Amino acid sequence: MKKEDVDDRALLPDKAFGNGDHKERDWISDARRAAIAPTIGRTSVRWRLSVALLSLVVLAGFVAWIYQLKHGLGAAGYNDQAFWAVYIVDVIAFIGVSYGGAVISAILRLTGQSWRAPLTRLAEGTALVTVIIGALFIFPHLGRPERFWEILVYVNTSSPLFWDFVAIGTYVLATVVFFYLPLIPDLAIVNKVLGRPDRPARYRLYKALSLNWMGSERQRRLLHGVMSLVALIIVPLAVSVHSVLSWAFATTSRPGWNETILPPYFVIAALYSGTALVIVVASAFRKGYNLQRFITKRHFVRLGYIMAALGLVYAYLTLADMMTDGYTGITTGWISQTVTGRYAPWFWFYVLVGEVLPIVVVAVKRFRNIAGLTTASVGVVIALWVKRIVIVLPPVTQPLIGGHWGSYHFTWVSVTITLAGVAAIPLGLMLLFRLIPVMSIDEMEEMGELGSAEQVSEHTIVAQELLSVGANSNGHSNGHGNGNGHVHGNGIHVPEKEVQL
Amino acid sequence: MRKLSNNKQALEELKVIQAESCASSIDGQGCPITPELLSDEQPESDEKDFSRRRFLSMFGAAAGAAAVIGTGIEFLSYRAYAQGAPATNGWTGTGGMTGSGAATMASSEAPPTHQWAMVIDLRACNGCKSCTAACQKAHYLTPDQTWIDVFSLTDSTGQQYHMPRPCMQCENPPCLHVCPVHATFRQDQGVVLVNQDRCIGCRMCMAACPYEARYFNWNSNVTYPPLPVQPTPEFPVPQRLGTVGKCTFCVGNLNHGLLSECAAGCSMGAIYNGDLKTDVGVNSMGTTIKLSKFLDENDAVTFKPEQNTHPRVWYILGHGQNLDAAATAKS
Repeated sequence: MKKEDVDDRALLPDKAFGNGDHKERDWISDARRAAIAPTIGRTSVRWRLSVALLSLVVLAGFVAWIYQLKHGLGAAGYNDQAFWAVYIVDVIAFIGVSYGGAVISAILRLTGQSWRAPLTRLAEGTALVTVIIGALFIFPHLGRPERFWEILVYVNTSSPLFWDFVAIGTYVLATVVFFYLPLIPDLAIVNKVLGRPDRPARYRLYKALSLNWMGSERQRRLLHGVMSLVALIIVPLAVSVHSVLSWAFATTSRPGWNETILPPYFVIAALYSGTALVIVVASAFRKGYNLQRFITKRHFVRLGYIMAALGLVYAYLTLADMMTDGYTGITTGWISQTVTGRYAPWFWFYVLVGEVLPIVVVAVKRFRNIAGLTTASVGVVIALWVKRIVIVLPPVTQPLIGGHWGSYHFTWVSVTITLAGVAAIPLGLMLLFRLIPVMSIDEMEEMGELGSAEQVSEHTIVAQELLSVGANSNGHSNGHGNGNGHVHGNGIHVPEKEVQL
Repeated sequence: MRKLSNNKQALEELKVIQAESCASSIDGQGCPITPELLSDEQPESDEKDFSRRRFLSMFGAAAGAAAVIGTGIEFLSYRAYAQGAPATNGWTGTGGMTGSGAATMASSEAPPTHQWAMVIDLRACNGCKSCTAACQKAHYLTPDQTWIDVFSLTDSTGQQYHMPRPCMQCENPPCLHVCPVHATFRQDQGVVLVNQDRCIGCRMCMAACPYEARYFNWNSNVTYPPLPVQPTPEFPVPQRLGTVGKCTFCVGNLNHGLLSECAAGCSMGAIYNGDLKTDVGVNSMGTTIKLSKFLDENDAVTFKPEQNTHPRVWYILGHGQNLDAAATAKS
């Protein structure tokens, strides 16, 4: 790509409106500019440095994996009494956070939440990137990853792992589709905005992917129909993925795993951590990609409420899980190890950072701002990973025949590979949004600027009110003027059909 | 029960008994059933005993008619694959017994001559772990890989006792059901084996096994001397990195008229190799037992029967000993 093209390109959104006057730039052209600019133009030094650094971390992960392949899983700290540990936790955690992105976006779509518009692309992108990373973590988990294909050939339908494979595979596919559908109009817009290509490869790619989108009524109707359908499908699908994942544990006879509560437990953990990651990603890209005008405090507060509600449900499930086993005392080994034993630091870290912190931040008005919510969300994402360690390790290391407790020790191999997965999230997202718009332009134009808050279609009023009761009652989300001063007071822009494609 | 002076003599005895029972079988096809077993068949009220008798009489079912005479419909519904049907594809195939069952039984060729079992007499075990050592030596295992492990437990009077734990060779093996690639299979003599050329190393079987009887090959730094044979599921030596391993019952030994390594290595004679078909068991002291009678008279139990795994390893307990104690984990 030629660098000299870049400056011209940055102005193109204005040209698209046939209006070179920068003062009259309206919200939509700003939205177009903000969404498209990162995909064209010259990347900043900071961007390139970040990508380089993150790539290095990912690369280090691959090096560690090669080392592990050569020396065996023992190099990652595994032993016969800790036969499942960090990598299965990574699989659950990454696929879990993916669920949050997908379901948040799907539910907001289904309930017609127009404020979602600037967030959906970020949420769905996060879902896409993390589900791929999570699925890839199955490979370091396996002792013989090169034989993975056998699952497809020597099918054993009575194995939970076969159904894990089916569920994850289906979910990855659905996430790709869910990500792609809202992209169709956007890619057409980008091509239109950029005009005739100086970069034919990219132009052709967009053209092919946008499926001759012209924005006709019929196309719009079709796309909306399909999108609603996929949004409708992805919610139960994601529920099934995490239920099936949990059954890999719950179908064994080990105390602590053999629990009926495990499927909903996993589903809620996934939603909870996923919502937190959406907040983190939104916060990071808001700042890094200058989206302050579009993603405002209102978005964070609303997501924060959803997150806090899920956090409370998860705390409840945790209590319910431990209460029944703990009270009868039949299989208390794993509980005492969790609450007061060797896993106590992990468990109480989860309680403090994964439950108390976010609830305090959301409850106390003074902390209920972007910085506070972002901090709490980072805490939740980490604490829910830790919580998965607490779900996996005590039952796996407990002796079943009166031996001694086993133990798992992290090694540089397992830590490096896990960190590589963590680094792959921002890396994947940054590369993804180098190729496609970081916000869903089409949806934002459809919703309008403040449609996000006030402009509601009739059939969604009830859902809207239900969801935003809390948000409005605290006086923080009425109108667009809040946030941190980046919002222009241009008033409501009603999108006009003729400026669209 | 006869005491013989040495192991070799005991095996001779075993062969004679086998030959006799084969000759007297109804249709002359292998050793479908022993006359003793038929004559043993009486209604039993005690449930534990009932199921065991029923279990032992399964080899009658393999021959056909005896099943109907014996326990009727209920019998047939009882885990068909426990009847020792030959694996549909052998160990090189898709993994044996899943989904076969009675249908396979009917169409299969000669039923297998043996159904291997084990009896561990806890009264005789002194916890010396020579069984573990013998097993590890024979299979070139690492010190962590205790295919037969010996646990120290406490009985109801506070006395310590010892419990060797090999693979239970379950008739309803959880490890087999959860294996996503059929790497674990149950061969036609009832021994659960692992095809290490198939295993993907997911360790789901380790999670599923209630007896902690599976051991993974975690490290590549294990060295083996040059061996004259290629590894097979019956004798998986050298173990393959990144796959799971477990007790094989030394089924190769058994089929060649030898004791398993652990039984041979037990100087106390606590471990009996047994054959449910011929209803005979032998230990390292040369003691030969009539299996059904021995189990019956000594109130043999299986480990964790509530797991519904139907082990082929029976334990003889002393006074106050209780395998359930083993389930209560110490921290």
